[in-house]
Amino acid sequence: MIPLSHYLTLGAILFCIAVAGIFINRKNVITLLMAIELMLLAVNTNFIAFSRYLGDPSGQVFVFFILTVAAAEAAIGLAILVVLFRNRATINVTEIDSLKG
Amino acid sequence: MIQFNPADLATLRPELFLLGATCAILLIDLFLKPAQRNVTHWLSLAALAVTAVLVCCGAPQEHGVTAFNGMFIRDGVATVLKVFVLLTTGLVFLYGRGYLRDRGLFIGEFYLLLLFATLGMMLLVSAGSLVTIYLGLELLTLSSYALVALNRDSRASSEAAIKYFVLGALASGLLLYGMSMIYGATGTLDLARIHAVADFSANSPHHMLLAFGLVFLVVGIAFKFGAAPFHMWLPDVYHGAPTAITVFIGSAPKLAAFGMAYRLLDGAMGGMSGQWSLMLAVLAVLSLAIGNLFAIAQSNLKRMLAYSTISHIGFLLLGFVNGTTSGYAAAMFYAISYALMAAVAFGMILLLARAGFEAEEIDDFKGLNKRNPWYAAVMALAMFSLAGVPPLFGFFAKLMVLKAAIDAGQLWLAIVAIAFAIIGLFYYLRVVKVIYFDEPQDHGPLALPKDLAFRVGLSLNGLALLVLGVAWSPLLEWCYGAFAIVAK
Repeated sequence: MIPLSHYLTLGAILFCIAVAGIFINRKNVITLLMAIELMLLAVNTNFIAFSRYLGDPSGQVFVFFILTVAAAEAAIGLAILVVLFRNRATINVTEIDSLKG
Repeated sequence: MIQFNPADLATLRPELFLLGATCAILLIDLFLKPAQRNVTHWLSLAALAVTAVLVCCGAPQEHGVTAFNGMFIRDGVATVLKVFVLLTTGLVFLYGRGYLRDRGLFIGEFYLLLLFATLGMMLLVSAGSLVTIYLGLELLTLSSYALVALNRDSRASSEAAIKYFVLGALASGLLLYGMSMIYGATGTLDLARIHAVADFSANSPHHMLLAFGLVFLVVGIAFKFGAAPFHMWLPDVYHGAPTAITVFIGSAPKLAAFGMAYRLLDGAMGGMSGQWSLMLAVLAVLSLAIGNLFAIAQSNLKRMLAYSTISHIGFLLLGFVNGTTSGYAAAMFYAISYALMAAVAFGMILLLARAGFEAEEIDDFKGLNKRNPWYAAVMALAMFSLAGVPPLFGFFAKLMVLKAAIDAGQLWLAIVAIAFAIIGLFYYLRVVKVIYFDEPQDHGPLALPKDLAFRVGLSLNGLALLVLGVAWSPLLEWCYGAFAIVAK
């Protein structure tokens, strides 16, 4: 049986990649949306691993909720992205800088 | 075994009513012509009013009741927060109508998204489990993202929305990661059981996991509050969103965020209050510093109020540092006072705005006193109250949180807070100076919106800052009562 720590390490690595993707990425907003999804998947890995090793199903139920909300979140994110592209004709992160101060 | 108890539905009566009413309004709105949109407006206000009555009627005494195996808590704290969430959302409806109509945004989506956001806030402040916290929070934030982007043709709005979305989703991810750690350490999602089961002592085998989880939770909460250094989204969102939406984002969600922080930090992680009160103290000092110093440099009133929000969040967090119920009561009192003050300040921007003119620069308020003395006085009341000048509402709110910080033995924190409050006085008084001593650019009397309900609501809201400043004790006693403290 694969020990719990392996799953947690995998979750942590995925989570770090996602956070790095949000902060380092300067290219386009779609990558940001992908990073956000990856972050939620890292959390799901954690929940499922804990749930399995604690023998408690409630963690897996929580994962269903997270998956559902993540789908809604992606829909809203993409909708905002379309609005942004219609208004500015760019989804380049570095060019989205008119609000500052 | 999980049991379904029909009596639980009665505990959720206000939420179920609001959900049903929102769905009904959704359907009714479909069949309305744009000229009949006022029907949606008044129905939404009526739905909020009935929900508020349902919240107050049958509110549990003393310790509160739980429903659905502890997933949902209905206690005094939830009742007070829900009443003020519903009140401020109602004010948003009243204030926003004319502004939205002038911009072609007077559409059913505004009402529906706000009603769903309200439902999310009600769920959030009553949450008894990590699942309900997450669901309530997402219902609130997903609606808010869409609301910020309501003006589809505005470049600023869409930019604000994408920034809000990315940072909000990041915050949710951090919060969830923290929740997964805490679940791993305790094996339960129920907040009360986490508090009972977890071994918070320093030499427990789960200490590392719990501490990690706590850090992520605090960061997630700070993001949602907009506390520095996690405040990056806040000025851009306040500035870019249509002002009618900014009134909402600046008021009611702060109450919900207070509820979430209270449920998570005290309800679940109360055993680690030593650790989290220190983290919150750091967040409070940073928020006070960044909020007040950056606000001085702003010429845009919405941005200035956004930075002032950050500083007010710093004050609110002072109440948490204490880690006692009287500290939470002070923080809740502060959140309520802030929501009402922000509603007046942003409401004044809406009052001055008209088609093609946003009135969001401080210079747009020049000489307001010569054009309309009454609303100049209302704005001055809001500014003095935000600055914390006695005898206004904001002064007593500040007094209570400072008292909580001093009671916690954090005298230095109180001194820092007072120093920054004095710095903050500068930019609030600048607005008052512009209103009373500068020459108006346009000498004619102020063209007031025809909407009588808006003008009456805003005037009463402004007067409430004075009335509650003089007669603050009933509200404070209500807050104390919610936490089952006998007022001294």
